[in-house]
Amino acid sequence: MTDIRNLSRGKALGTTSRRDFLRATGLAAGGLTLGFALPVASRLALAAAPADTPINAFLRIAADGTCTVVCGLSEMGQGVHTSIPMLIAEELDADWARVKVEQAPVDKAYSNPIFGMQATGGSTSIRGHWEPMRKVGATARAMLVGAAAETWKVPASECRTERGQVIHASGKRLAYGKLAAAAAKQPVPETVTLKDASKFTILGRNLRRLDTPPKVNGSAKYGIDVRLPGMLTAVMARLPVPGAKVVSFDATKARAVPGVRQVLQIPSGVAVLADGYWAAKKGRDALEIQWDAGISGNLSSASVSAMLADGAARAGAVAHTVGDVAAVKPARTLEASYEAPYLSHTCMEPLNCTAWVHDGEAEIWSGTQSQGPSQGIVSQIAGVAPGKVKINTQYLGGGFGRRFAPDFTIDAAMLSKAAGVPVKLVYTREDDTQAWFYRPAGVTRFTAGLDASGVAQSFTATVASPSIMESSGFMKIPANGVDHFAVEGTEDHPYDFPNQRIDYSRVEPGVRVWFWRSVGHSQNIFFTESFVDEMAGAAGKDPFEYRRGLLSRQPRYRAALELAAERAGWGKPLPAGVHRGIAVGQSFGSYVAEVAEVSVAADGSIKVHRVVCAVDCGQVVNPEIVKRQMESAIIYGMTAALYGRITLKDGRVEQGNFDTYPMVRINEVPTIEVHIVPSTEKPGGVGEPGLPPFAPAVANAIFAATGKRLRELPFDTSQLKRA
Amino acid sequence: MATINVNGRSMKVDASPDTPVLWVLRDELGMTGTKFGCGMALCGACTVHLDGAPVRSCSLPVSAAVGHRITTIEAMSGTPVGKAVQTSWVANDVPQCGYCQSGQIMSASALLAKNRKPSDADIDQAMSGNICRCGTYNQIRAAIKQAAASLNGRA
Repeated sequence: MTDIRNLSRGKALGTTSRRDFLRATGLAAGGLTLGFALPVASRLALAAAPADTPINAFLRIAADGTCTVVCGLSEMGQGVHTSIPMLIAEELDADWARVKVEQAPVDKAYSNPIFGMQATGGSTSIRGHWEPMRKVGATARAMLVGAAAETWKVPASECRTERGQVIHASGKRLAYGKLAAAAAKQPVPETVTLKDASKFTILGRNLRRLDTPPKVNGSAKYGIDVRLPGMLTAVMARLPVPGAKVVSFDATKARAVPGVRQVLQIPSGVAVLADGYWAAKKGRDALEIQWDAGISGNLSSASVSAMLADGAARAGAVAHTVGDVAAVKPARTLEASYEAPYLSHTCMEPLNCTAWVHDGEAEIWSGTQSQGPSQGIVSQIAGVAPGKVKINTQYLGGGFGRRFAPDFTIDAAMLSKAAGVPVKLVYTREDDTQAWFYRPAGVTRFTAGLDASGVAQSFTATVASPSIMESSGFMKIPANGVDHFAVEGTEDHPYDFPNQRIDYSRVEPGVRVWFWRSVGHSQNIFFTESFVDEMAGAAGKDPFEYRRGLLSRQPRYRAALELAAERAGWGKPLPAGVHRGIAVGQSFGSYVAEVAEVSVAADGSIKVHRVVCAVDCGQVVNPEIVKRQMESAIIYGMTAALYGRITLKDGRVEQGNFDTYPMVRINEVPTIEVHIVPSTEKPGGVGEPGLPPFAPAVANAIFAATGKRLRELPFDTSQLKRA
Repeated sequence: MATINVNGRSMKVDASPDTPVLWVLRDELGMTGTKFGCGMALCGACTVHLDGAPVRSCSLPVSAAVGHRITTIEAMSGTPVGKAVQTSWVANDVPQCGYCQSGQIMSASALLAKNRKPSDADIDQAMSGNICRCGTYNQIRAAIKQAAASLNGRA
């Protein structure tokens, strides 16, 4: 596949490239500078209605007072098309009833300040835009005030703003819509003062999502809904094994399917292009292809597990140390190994991308999380300058990290270039499941050195897993040998053990790995929080009290833990057969604790009755969206804990559709309560942090119910069967 | 060439007889509100009504739909139950990514059309064929109950 290392503007994911964002948008650290995104604003003006004035790259104000926020982030369910407008509207003093949102084009102005490129992921949207978007609103407000003061010939200091109007001390009022044209000509203020949180009228409220109405009547447009004149739909026979090659293929039968127009070979397989999906799919199924599976043809889940176990048994690169674990002479040791499998993201909308490469330009219509890198990639494929690549971001039918990947964009662009027409590439559900972008499998081996009473003297962990950094194509493992995505959630655990060592042992079975909702935390917090529960047991302590006692220097962890325990009624009686487990974790700057109430039937099957979640995500934009994201992540984590498993046999993925890769359904979901810890801290992420504590909370409840410690995901309930 | 009835209108379509109704709607008629999720009647994203009953259009050949009434998400606001369900979905801000929600609303509307007081077990029965990867299930349940209450209030 195309190496996106050279294509992503050379920016490392995860390194803050704040300076570039400020330069691109004209937002300087102390406020706004001159020339604030004016080129973008004027380009946007072309698309705007005649009486819709661009104030800057992020905001237009129409004569009727409608404020249109132009959002560079992708809406994939996390609520960013509501929360970003809320940030701007707050400081703008907009009338929320007149705020609309629109998807931005690809442009440096919309670079995500945490990534240094236009992309959505890593629970960065609010963390990265909390201040910049408020400054956008405050700047526009100042320009509207300036325009009103000039009109009235009064000092700006005599004017205030409220719900879409500038109001003079005399009582005179002018609506923003009437001022927009004049405001756009005002000088951009050097500095702006942001509101104190006590003055917020929009932030912190449960305002309704702006994207709900089109999502209940079928009118919301996702990537898969794009239709262009002359467009062909492509379905591909993709490489069944990593590194496989097409030896030869016979498309005679495929071409005989009515509606099939072209059959094309590209590096990732053979594509059938037809008038619509059904003909393309029938054509694809009729292809006769000889594959050379290559060196991965023997890959199996058993061999992957063995490689990971070997890796966990070796010392690795040191990720974190405290004190000296080798100097500890424990009275006894506690050891355990944990394992998690590869996982597919499985967005509800199967992956797809529409591309049109023609006449020295290229255009993409897609639900993508990575507009910036995609622009670079497509420019190379199409052989045009990056500025000649337009990206029309559609709603994403789920993202979870998968739509950050470039495969569907690369293939659609290649197919359109070869076919000479617009091409919509659609993955079947099976193609989507078998596309080889997986959450890493991993094995972690823990050892705790205990004194005679069970108090931990040392804590060691060796994390064996493949490297997402190396797999990503745009990052490299740093000189210390530690991929922080591989160890996050374990190396940064919060507990106050006097001696610690956490190692990373890189193991590469040959399967490409990728960012999956909550990334390394998804398995590592399961491992660590389960093992810490084992340590609590060895110390003869209550799991909640044990954790609490080790969090004296971690007030945010402890507050989340205490709130979850309190609201769950930790320690209070439960119905017969129902047991509790607890777990806590921090990811993406947010602290989440969960208590799960679980019963185990005689046949071993698990029922999760209730989950109580407490989250400290700093200052909150929209509490209801935060709660829904916690709930969403819990249910996503529940599918992983109960069912999620990509297995390999003879180099091939054994799962395909929802029959072999099942999802949690409505009849299985627990009652979920989410409580937000009041906070004045800077915002943390919310799309992912709800996920990691779920599996260990359930595993710990299963242990409480049965005395059996499940150390593998997904849970093997056959171990819980009572004879 | 076949003639099918979609949302009360007769439509001539050119698809081969084995083409699923889903692809006739989406690719031939340009009605993209009905979604593709699995192609095997496993996820419910493609749910439409056939003579009022919920069916998975990804697995219903167009030849089998001739002579029956197909109703899609695009027509739901025109029925009292569909309107109540959509209103309740908005009131509860149910959707996240929203991709499965057309199918969820079609299944919920079919349920409420024949059962105005669904129990939790009825809701599980009617809705467990619809996967939501964002996990909006608890909001779906709440919205169905609210829609039922509003329909009963009007009755």
